[in-house]
Amino acid sequence: MTTPEGRSDAIVVEGLVKRFGDVVAVDGVSLRGERGKVLGLLGPNGAGKTTTVRVLTTVLSADAGRVEVLGHDVRRDPQTVRTIIGLAGQFAAVDPNLTGRENLRLIGRLTHLPKATVGPRADELLERFGLVDAANRPVRTYSGGMRRRLDLAAALVHRPPVLFLDEPTTGLDPASRLGLWELIEELLAEGTTVLLTTQYLEEADRLADHIVVIDKGRVIAEGAPTDLKATLGNTVAEFGFADTATAAAAATAAAPFAVRPPTVAGTAVHVELADGAHALLEVLRALDLGGTAPEALAVREPSLDDVFLSLTGHHAVDDADTGEGAR
Amino acid sequence: MSRSHVVGDTYAVTTRNLIAYRRVPELLVFSTIQPVLFVLLFRYVFGGAINVPGVDYVDYLMPGIFAQTVVFGAIGTAVGLANDLQSGLIERFRSLPMARSAVLTGRTLADLVRNVFVLALMCVVGVLVGWNAGNTVGGFIAAMALLLLFGYACTWIFASVGLAVRDAETAQAAAFPVMAPIVFASSAFVPVSSMPGWLQGFAKYQPLSVVCTASRDLLLGTNTGGHWVLGALAWCIGIIVISAPLAVLRYRRSA
Ligand SMILES: Nc1ncnc2c1ncn2[C@@H]1O[C@H](COP(=O)(O)OP(=O)(O)OP(=O)(O)O)[C@@H](O)[C@H]1O
Ligand SMILES: [Mg+2]
Repeated sequence: MTTPEGRSDAIVVEGLVKRFGDVVAVDGVSLRGERGKVLGLLGPNGAGKTTTVRVLTTVLSADAGRVEVLGHDVRRDPQTVRTIIGLAGQFAAVDPNLTGRENLRLIGRLTHLPKATVGPRADELLERFGLVDAANRPVRTYSGGMRRRLDLAAALVHRPPVLFLDEPTTGLDPASRLGLWELIEELLAEGTTVLLTTQYLEEADRLADHIVVIDKGRVIAEGAPTDLKATLGNTVAEFGFADTATAAAAATAAAPFAVRPPTVAGTAVHVELADGAHALLEVLRALDLGGTAPEALAVREPSLDDVFLSLTGHHAVDDADTGEGAR
Repeated sequence: MSRSHVVGDTYAVTTRNLIAYRRVPELLVFSTIQPVLFVLLFRYVFGGAINVPGVDYVDYLMPGIFAQTVVFGAIGTAVGLANDLQSGLIERFRSLPMARSAVLTGRTLADLVRNVFVLALMCVVGVLVGWNAGNTVGGFIAAMALLLLFGYACTWIFASVGLAVRDAETAQAAAFPVMAPIVFASSAFVPVSSMPGWLQGFAKYQPLSVVCTASRDLLLGTNTGGHWVLGALAWCIGIIVISAPLAVLRYRRSA
């Protein structure tokens, strides 16, 4: 579907504002999710991610702004929007007293699948999400990860072309997280449009085609993961030395080539370089000449965490850990 | 939203709620233990001291027990909705293309079905302690229907409570102080004439008392003119007409 602007955006949010009493949870957010792609909504606790998702999924009504999914306005035509979206909220919303199979069948009936397909569709999803063995057990007895998987399965029952996933991997162990990423990639291959919120930079980096960074209800940056890093970040080189004296001397030697003074932590030196390979070569040459050749060297692209730090002045992950009391 | 979706969705939600009652029988057991204890207490401990002219005390008591049972049972409606809000299930329902009304009607209808079971059980308990179960089959059926209607009206009041408090413990804590005066300052267990004068007016005409009196009339075949029955119907319908739209409004707002 093509939006009036002629772009194939499945998700359009313009100037979205949502207040809760005095709290402005979302303060003029605009974003676009291209059809068949993953839009990553990245931000710390309380940034307004969930609120944005709830407006997009017709659960909440906006105070201001235009919000459309596949060209359907969520305010004017919520019932149509509901037929084309799937929602896996931040906390697994499944009925603890029903079995996994019953949960999926309930959603199948409430999304008005043809009667004959409700059962087979539930079984198919149980299979796909590795829940066949637990299918007939009340969800009460499921582990957190199993509940999450069932919740995601529930969001897929009616094969929605647009999927909203609010922190889908929070609370999952690394293996389950990887499994879920692979599943999301499968859905993409099938043509699903996904809006994914996350506090994990790694996750946005891996899955998203386009990332919108929000903080305190406002968009503070956006772009493709590589663009975001390119415009804001530099190459990061981490050197390891034999002793602290050498490290200190090396930091001084490297300083002229770095974008800001290198930081020394014990025998480790952290150097941020403006243009990757060339500057690195200069640094290595200088270190070699100065007799302070490193014992270890790691060069990495700046992570999204580095990006977040330079955008907001605070670490995304640290902020998440301290929770909402911090603001 | 087509009509068939309203019916189908309501049926789906009702069934889902009934499965929970089947799977967590504690919910049912707890809602019957208390009325059973009341039957034993009033039948064998206090009953001897309560004098109701013209009728066996157990025949006076049982309609009161039934009415009290459906009122307290309505707490289950609040608890169920509060749980669904808390677990995020209602949030998911809101994102589905289902009939908006199905969440609340599915809840109250499931609780109506539950009341049928609980009342049937209480009838058996009543018979075991010597209740005569009414003079005519028609009277018995009419009384049970009235009590179920009253229970249904109560579930709509408690639907609003459940949507307002958002957690099951609070729903329970909030419900009791509201219910206690309705249940005890009533003609459910003792005749109103034994109460102080200032209380009698309230105790006689408040909904639970009117329903009790009407049920007794239907069961015993007394007062066949039926103005208590009409009064009880008026209360029930009045409660539904006011509390159902309030609950729906609450549901629309509570996001
Ligand atoms: N129902 C509500 N009532 C009052 N305030 C709310 C409500 N929902 C959200 N808020 C506030 O709005 C702000 C944004 O919340 P939101 O849940 O959207 O953040 P988030 O980015 O999803 O955070 P998290 O990563 O913790 O899930 C917060 O300050 C929050 O306290
Ligand atoms: Mg959130």
